[in-house]
Formats: sequence, structure tokens, C-alpha cells
Amino acid sequence: MQRIGVFVCHCGSNIAATVDVEKVVEYAKLEPGVVHAEDYQYMCSEAGQMKIAEAVKDKNLTGIVVCSCSPRMHETTFRNAAKRAGINPYMVEIANIREHCSWIHKDIEEGTEKAVILARAAIAKVNLNAPLEPGESRVTKRALVIGGGIAGIQTALDIADAGYEVDIVEKTPSIGGRMSQLDKTFPTLDCSACILTPKMVEAAAHEKVNIYTYSEVDKVSGFVGDFTVDIKKKARSVDMDKCTGCGVCSEKCPMKKTPSEFNRGLENRSAIYTPFAQAIPNVPVIDRENCIMFKTGKCGVCSKVCQAGAIDYEQQDEIITENYGAIVVATGFDTIKLDDFDEYAYNQSKDVITSLELERVMNAAGPTKGHLERLSDGKAPKEIVFIQCVGSRDVTCRGKEYCSKICCMYTAKHAMLIRDKYPDVNVTVFYIDVRTPGKNFDEFYRRAVEEYQVNYIKGQVGKVMPQADGKLLVQGVDLLDNRQILKEADMVVLATAIEPEAGVRKIATMLTASIDTNDFLTEAHPKLRPVESPTAGVFLSGVCQGPKDIPETVAQAGAAAVKAIGLLAKDKLMTNPCTAKADELLCNGCSTCANVCPYGAITYEEKEINDHGIRENRRVAAVNTALCQGCGACTVTCPSGAMDLQGFSNRQILAEVDAICR
Amino acid sequence: MQEQVKTISGVNPYKCMKCGKCSASCPSFNEMDIKPHQFVSYVLNDDLEALLNSESIKQCLTCFACVERCPRDVKPGNLIDTVRQMVVRKRGAELLSPEEVTQLLDPELPQQLLVSAFRRYRR
Repeated sequence: MQRIGVFVCHCGSNIAATVDVEKVVEYAKLEPGVVHAEDYQYMCSEAGQMKIAEAVKDKNLTGIVVCSCSPRMHETTFRNAAKRAGINPYMVEIANIREHCSWIHKDIEEGTEKAVILARAAIAKVNLNAPLEPGESRVTKRALVIGGGIAGIQTALDIADAGYEVDIVEKTPSIGGRMSQLDKTFPTLDCSACILTPKMVEAAAHEKVNIYTYSEVDKVSGFVGDFTVDIKKKARSVDMDKCTGCGVCSEKCPMKKTPSEFNRGLENRSAIYTPFAQAIPNVPVIDRENCIMFKTGKCGVCSKVCQAGAIDYEQQDEIITENYGAIVVATGFDTIKLDDFDEYAYNQSKDVITSLELERVMNAAGPTKGHLERLSDGKAPKEIVFIQCVGSRDVTCRGKEYCSKICCMYTAKHAMLIRDKYPDVNVTVFYIDVRTPGKNFDEFYRRAVEEYQVNYIKGQVGKVMPQADGKLLVQGVDLLDNRQILKEADMVVLATAIEPEAGVRKIATMLTASIDTNDFLTEAHPKLRPVESPTAGVFLSGVCQGPKDIPETVAQAGAAAVKAIGLLAKDKLMTNPCTAKADELLCNGCSTCANVCPYGAITYEEKEINDHGIRENRRVAAVNTALCQGCGACTVTCPSGAMDLQGFSNRQILAEVDAICR
Repeated sequence: MQEQVKTISGVNPYKCMKCGKCSASCPSFNEMDIKPHQFVSYVLNDDLEALLNSESIKQCLTCFACVERCPRDVKPGNLIDTVRQMVVRKRGAELLSPEEVTQLLDPELPQQLLVSAFRRYRR
């Protein structure tokens, strides 16, 4: 029989206001095994923990129930307190009478009744608890960063500077990401490439950083400290060691009709290409879907002109398997598709463009060599309309419910840059709200209005109508004037909502990292663990976690790196002892558990079993405790009840259910 | 009365974020005394007398561009429709009977207009 102590926390008024804590104590004392029960203002405080230690000593306790907040909050606190007092930490159970009880009930009687029931269940469980000892697992001193944009580059550099090996996996032919597509950056207006390329070069030159471009993560197994990852290196069709990056192949390639991904389809590229001039590595790839050689077998121009003999049509995809201690996801974003927003005529007119496309138009390396011109006829625009919140803050199936966060600032930037370079161009911005929290952000927006006379109109645009003469008729509303506006524009720029990069769902599934309804990766705690995934050993960097601008992305990238470094710096990790265990006498060797195990932790072995004096060879399940994550799938699937989860045995769970139903 | 409007229309005016896309989309904006986006705030402020007497309920074409394009799924067009229904019901008369329709038919007439006309002028 256990000797159990029950400790009921008031949590200030968080619990005590809706739960009669004294009554919980009173009822707990009646439960079998309970030899001590008390309540206290803050059980998690030092004084509260002292009370537990004293009771353990005075009453010779063997088990502890703390009725307090969620175990996610303070389970570790109380387990450590128990350990210090000389009790096995796994003899502690938490009854969550705050999140599950006081916070969701208004009526004190109902709240108290439920608190008593939850306490009863926890006590019933502790009665069946047994001491458990955590094992140890090793830590591979190498990190993987998925995504080679500014977030991934910064994270990789920070981890590498701390002395650990880092691999960056980037799916496009070059690192650089979205930031490499931008012209200028707010609020300082410095050139994006000028501040990004040094980072790209630094990453490429760093002896601890290894970059896999044109590659994707193919398979992930293992767990925190020891992930095994298959990286698929897509065939580049160019030998990276031989290529000198001279660019003659791209120049001579006869197939130049593929829309350039880097220039957002505003310009065509050749079938063998490097995405942009500063690409790292400066080695082209052959886009096999569009290459004449791969389609018809007749061409080979690139191979003929290549002095270095680097073209290799026979190259195959390659799978590289590597082990990592930590994985950082930095997969970034894309703009949403605008097919459902017919009213803005994006698909009808070449002069209606997204803001990311405008970045390319304004960039010296872009399709117009940096000249602001209409993409339909090359004429200089005189009247430009910007529309904010296109698809953002939109709860219908067309858009995204969230604010994309960066649009107010980049629109002010675009408006200002245009007014600065082309003072005769009129710029109008239709906005719902201008949101500019951030250092020097609101000042920046006000400068666009006050110094550059950008015309900000509070209201939305209903529709954009392309006219026969090539102009765009914009019908909008000025809510402050309460009048409808018809405006003839030469160009319309849409501040299009951003969404996580399409591949993130697949990567999240491989990592068993959770994502929200918008496909943003979920953080372990929105305030206190913002750069960690709930999956141990997986960290989040950049827009894959939520919309953010460059300074925020870089800050988060550094934070994710620190968390990864903290993990890599450890030699050994304590493993969770709550793993599955097979009762060999009951196991019938059916393999059902092995089939459902998501971690591949169950194998079968032939073993001599002594079944009540009868010795025979049987095929029985064996659990690799280093791989087992304690999910419990095997325990519910086992037809003979041979599988049990230590710390959450079937008996313990049924005892809890019995206590609740009593 | 505010509750009645909300129940009939199924519109929750609190969902509005005041972006004005309804008024920006409205083809009858200039003929309206109370603009589509204002309908939402009038209901919110329980100023229904003004709506019942407004010119807007006669000017609305029931094209539902405002409903279609509203990013917050508020459906201001349904509010206008509802207020108009309340006026028609109070009068107790049907302003359009199916018998009249055949005489009014014109091959150029969009079918949607007929549907709208029934919505507007019958109980």
C-alpha cells in the first residue's frame, strides 16, 4: 500500500476563486492510501515545495498528488521536488484542476465537484505507480537546417560559429530564398542583395557549413539527439566539381521559353540556368522537363560549348543518409494564388502585379532592368494604385484569416521609392488599417505620406476594370469621405497575402511536427517556447512559424540556433522512461503492434519462454526503449493485452476511469 | 428590432472590420443615401428607423457583389434585403404578381433581375 500525500494549490485566485480547495483536501483525505492532505497559496513556490518535502519526511510518503495547473506547466517542478525529498520522480501525479477545472467553470460547486473527481483519479493512479528510471541516449553533434533563405542561413551560421557541423538543405538551385528576390528592405532602404550576399558567401565558405542545393529531405527517422535523415540530391546534370560558372551554357541554350521562377514568371529563362547572378553555388542546373536534350534526345548544345566538360546528362538523383542531433525548419513562404480574386483582374491584365513582382520590376537585375514600366507595353506609368490586404484578414475560403504583417511596410516602401525616383508619378494606396508596429516603422510610413505625398485612402477597392485603351479603371471607396472613387491607373499593385511554402506540410509530417490550420508550424509554447516545435529536437526559424519581416526572422533564426546549440552541447540526453513493454507470457507474436508503431521501435525475436514450467520457443515482441516515444498506439492495438506503457499501464488508466465513475 | 434583423438576415454585424469593400463594389453606391458599409454600423447601433426609411433599400440592385466580395463574410447585402423585406411585409401588399411578369418580359432582360424583382417586391 502506498502512503500518499495530496497537495492542493490555490494558484492565487486562479483556482481558489472557482474551486473550494479546502473541500478538495477534505475529500482527498477519505481516499485509500492518502495519509496526508493540505492546501497552500502557491504550491510551486519555494515554500510550497518545502511543504511537500516536510510531509515526505514527517509522514514517510511514497507517492505524491499535486492538484494544480497543467502538468505541462509544473510537472517537472514537482518531480524535481520529489526527487530532492527522496522519492522517485515518477511517483508524482498532477491533477489539473486549473485548465481543466477552475478556468473553464464559473460555478464554484461544479468546479469543486470536478476538482474532487480529478484528485480522486490521480490518487487512484498513484496507488498503482511504480518507480521508473530514465535511460540515456547519445547526441549526434550535427544539425540540419531545412531551407536556405535568410532564416536558414542565419541559423546555420550561428550554429556553425559555435563549433558544430551544419547541413543546409535547399530545394532550389541556390541559397538566398525570398530575400534574394527583394530590391530594397524597409525601414532603412538598403539594398537587399548587398546585405544578403555576404551572408550567403559566408555560409558557403564556412568550414562547418555544408550546403545541399537542389535537394530535398526525403525521409526522417529517429528522435531528439539522433535523427537519421535521407536527403535527396536531385540530378543537376552538371558536375559541380568541374563547372567554372562561366555561364556560356545558359547563354547558348536554344530553349529559352521557361518562365523564370526567380523573376516570378515575368521573364523567361533557359533550360540550363542559374537562378540569379549571385547564386550560390554558381553552378547551373538543367531543368529536365524543359530541356530539348531530355525531351527529344537531340540537342546537346550546352555540352558542346562547355569548356570544362561539366555537363553530365547521365547524372542520377542521389540519396545521402546523415545523422543529426537537431533539426531546424526554415522553409519560408510564398504569396497566395490570386485565381479566386477575379475582381482585381490579376489574370486579365499584365499591369496588375503582386508586390513581390514589383520587387523584381524595380530591381536592376529584373525583367525591366530596374526601370519602372508597364509590363504590357513598356510605357512609363503615371498613376499607380496599391491595394492592401489582398487575401489577408479574409475569413472566406478565398483568403487567409491572419494579417500578413509585412505588407503595410513594404507598400510604404514601394510608394516612397517610386515617388523618390519618379516624382511625376502619382501613387495612391487603398488601406483598411495601416499597421506599423516596430522600431522606426511608423516614422517610415509617415514619411511616405508627409515627405513623399503618397495618397493614402482609407477604404478598399471593389474592382479593377481593364479598359480598351490599356488603362485600368479602379473602383474603390473612401470611407472617411463616404464617397466612391473611380480612378484611372496605369498600374495596380496587390499586397498579396503570404502563406507557408507549399512543401511544409510534407516536411512537418516527416518530422511529426505539428502545424496549425494555416499550415504554419506550431511552437511548443506561444510565449515561452516560441522557437521550439512540440516535437523534441525540432526548432523553428522564420516565416514557417508565422508571418514576420527580415529583422524578426534573423532574430528568431538566432534564437533557434541557440536552442539547437544547447541541445548539441549535451553529451547525453535523459530518455523518457514511460516506454512500452511487452509481457512475453501474453504476447502471441502477431506483429500488430509492430505494424502500428510510428517510430519503428518494435521488433520480434525468437526466445525461449518459461510459461509456468513449460519451456518453449516463441516469437515475442521486443521494444527498443531508445526509439519508443511512449505514444501508446501498441498498447491499444494489442489483441492479447500484452503491451503496456510504463507509467500509463492499462491498470492505472482503468483505475482512473473507475475513480472518476465511482 | 435589431435582433429581428439579425435573425432574418443571419448577419452578425460584429464580424465587420470596416474595410469598405462592400461600398467599393456597389454599382448603386451613388444613388444610396445610406451606403452598404453604413448598413452594418446602423444595425450595430440599433438605428433601424433610418434604414426602414432609407432610399438605399429601393436602390439596391440585389446583385450581391458586396456579399460575394466581403472578406469577413458579413454579407451586408443580406441586411439591405432584410430591411426591405420588413418594409414590404409591413405594407402587407405584394408589389409584383406572377401574372404581371409575362407582360414585363423582355428578351434582353437578365434572368437575375427577375429573381431579384421577386425578392424585392413580394412577401
